Amino acid sequence: MDFPAVSLRAILPAIVILTTAALVLLLDLLPPRERKGHLAVVSLAGVVAALLATTWLWGGESRAFRGMVVLDGYALFLDLVICYAAGLVVLLSMDYLRERGLESGEYYALVLLATVGMMLMASAGDLIVVFLSLELMSLSLYVLAGYFRARLASGEAAMKYFLLGAFATSFFLYGIALVYGSTGTTNLDRIAASASRDSLMMVGVALLLVGFGFKISAVPFHMWAPDVYVGAPTSVTALIATGSKAAAFAALIRVLVTSLRSTQPDWTVLLWGLAAATMTVGNVVAIAQSNLKRMLAYSSVAHVGYMLIGLVAGGVFGTGAVLFYLLVYTFTTAGAFGVVLLLEHAGGEGVSLADYAGRARRHPILALVLSLFLLSLIGIPPFGGFVGKFYLFGAAVRSGYIGLAVIGALNTAVASYYYLRLIVYMYMREPEGVEAVSTPSFAGGLALAVALVGIVVLGVVPTPFIDLAQAAVTPLLR
Amino acid sequence: MILLVPGSYYTGLSAVLFAIGVTGVLVRRNPLVIFMSIEVMLNAANLALVAFGAQFRNADGQVLVFFVMTVAAAEVAVGLAIIVAIFRLRPRLSVDDLSAMRW
Amino acid sequence: MQTAVFFAIAAIAVASALGLIVRRNPIHGALFLVVNLGSVAAIYLMLNAQFLAAAQVIIYAGAIMVLFVFAIMVLIPGKEETGPDPLRPFRLVAIPFGAFLLVEILLMLVVRPAPPREPPGAEGGAEAIGRLLFTDYLFPFELTSVLLLAALVGVLALAKRKA
Repeated sequence: MDFPAVSLRAILPAIVILTTAALVLLLDLLPPRERKGHLAVVSLAGVVAALLATTWLWGGESRAFRGMVVLDGYALFLDLVICYAAGLVVLLSMDYLRERGLESGEYYALVLLATVGMMLMASAGDLIVVFLSLELMSLSLYVLAGYFRARLASGEAAMKYFLLGAFATSFFLYGIALVYGSTGTTNLDRIAASASRDSLMMVGVALLLVGFGFKISAVPFHMWAPDVYVGAPTSVTALIATGSKAAAFAALIRVLVTSLRSTQPDWTVLLWGLAAATMTVGNVVAIAQSNLKRMLAYSSVAHVGYMLIGLVAGGVFGTGAVLFYLLVYTFTTAGAFGVVLLLEHAGGEGVSLADYAGRARRHPILALVLSLFLLSLIGIPPFGGFVGKFYLFGAAVRSGYIGLAVIGALNTAVASYYYLRLIVYMYMREPEGVEAVSTPSFAGGLALAVALVGIVVLGVVPTPFIDLAQAAVTPLLR
Repeated sequence: MILLVPGSYYTGLSAVLFAIGVTGVLVRRNPLVIFMSIEVMLNAANLALVAFGAQFRNADGQVLVFFVMTVAAAEVAVGLAIIVAIFRLRPRLSVDDLSAMRW
Repeated sequence: MQTAVFFAIAAIAVASALGLIVRRNPIHGALFLVVNLGSVAAIYLMLNAQFLAAAQVIIYAGAIMVLFVFAIMVLIPGKEETGPDPLRPFRLVAIPFGAFLLVEILLMLVVRPAPPREPPGAEGGAEAIGRLLFTDYLFPFELTSVLLLAALVGVLALAKRKA
């Protein structure tokens, strides 16, 4: 037998995170057993180390383990996005969990294991690796969604997420089976080489899209998102909304653009419909929400629609715009959920629109920060959201999908209504009831600061990051 | 090996089983039965993988099935743990009871 | 002969899958599922996948179904799913969906993949699979170990008594 060369370099960031997860599990057994704050610090150190490893590998390009893993600029760019998402979530979790007496090694280990799954999704070179890393991420997130076991909503969220997630996984797997049946391989490059376009391939692609659609919560596969976002611990919601979406997009783009290029005309049509439906349904339903986490859930559904526009437009500009938007979206959404998390009461209340009336008076800084994130979500300069949308819609126009760009622009107008309404509530309404003034912790403040700096930098000097994103997708499109 | 039964029979059977599994997930209310229907879907996919593997005469399909079995085992462990955990909080078990807010 | 055997097993597989989704009592469903998994194992044998047939019986029928039956015993005392169905119209959506899948079935029956060009080589024994697992599929193999670790930690987090 000739064993494949084991090149750990190609998966170094994921290995770093995995080692940290193991370390956290070990340290969990050692004293001090009451306080677990140090585990969060260790997890954060691991994420930072992975971030450094990613920058160290920057520019490298290789294939490892017989084509199962691809190390390229694309994977590294997404590793960066995922590391930021994981780091922000760990920072936000620290005090959130401590205040509720629920700190544990398992929590941080699962966050890290989910992160490993996300990273490997971005660098998978074979459908079976996509499948396994998707499952690694999903299994960890199912448990994390139900982490507040004493709270019924959390358990319900976990169960709903699990059943619908497993349902979607079966579609995904059947899609893999049909693609294998059509081409005789699951390797992405060899699927591309076969350039198959028979009926098996068509049905297979459609089923794969169903599976991915669930994970990125595109309409009509978004039904799980609002309930899970509301029921799950808010720190986990932030991870599901940012990291898992980025990872699912990463795998989706790589599979579609590299290996299913022969069927591009077919999936472009499907994605056109998905993008239009996702934007419109997400924004229109978000207007009707009175729970803030639910509103942000629908808003994140709508943002998936915007990103799908870039995928429809295709090419270096469209796909690069998706990557840039993912980066912006991760900072903005993690930040917005971060503020909600810091203002949430211990029992899980305090997340309705009415609760935010007059918040600006009690929490002037947090209200201001949340307003900035909301402005970025609307797409108002000088924040990253504006540049991201500009490039997405620009790419659509450039590729001739003017209709889609118009739908996107109209949706942005609709969306500004419910974002601005929240700002109005915070600044122009009288507060109802009395509420203790709490000061956000250092860790939470740091997370918000990082996210805020992220959206401002991406909004003010976007060019280098756009160049990075476009350079990242170039090898895929060769 | 020569396939004595046409390969499309096997894939046809797998598609029928998959359709039955999907229908089961959509029409049943008991989370355990839904979960078992999902297992039928996974098995249908496995059957398709093995049947295609036999047509291509490579063992890749079978190796993929091996991985799917592992994943299914892990999924069952986690899924049942979630279902049992929620049952501790609420004794009656139906997916329709879940979630006060549907929209 | 082979065709007759195939249709007999296929009939059992389809009937048991239907039994699972039709019977109200989940424990009956679980038993139907065991029959279904067993018949799929028999079909693996027909496809010359002996290793998978054995694994199917051991992992699915042996381990997974035991967990299912255990969970059913713990959770469901008596009958389930009685009373009016609040989501009846929603469930009717399942019918067009099933129709779509039937179209898919027809497509697949029409498709006849080109006869394989490569000479017969791989067989379904443990050796061929083991060889692939530790060469071409080494990375996914290692990845499954991480997956199992995540499942282990996850179940632990859910089952711990504290909090």
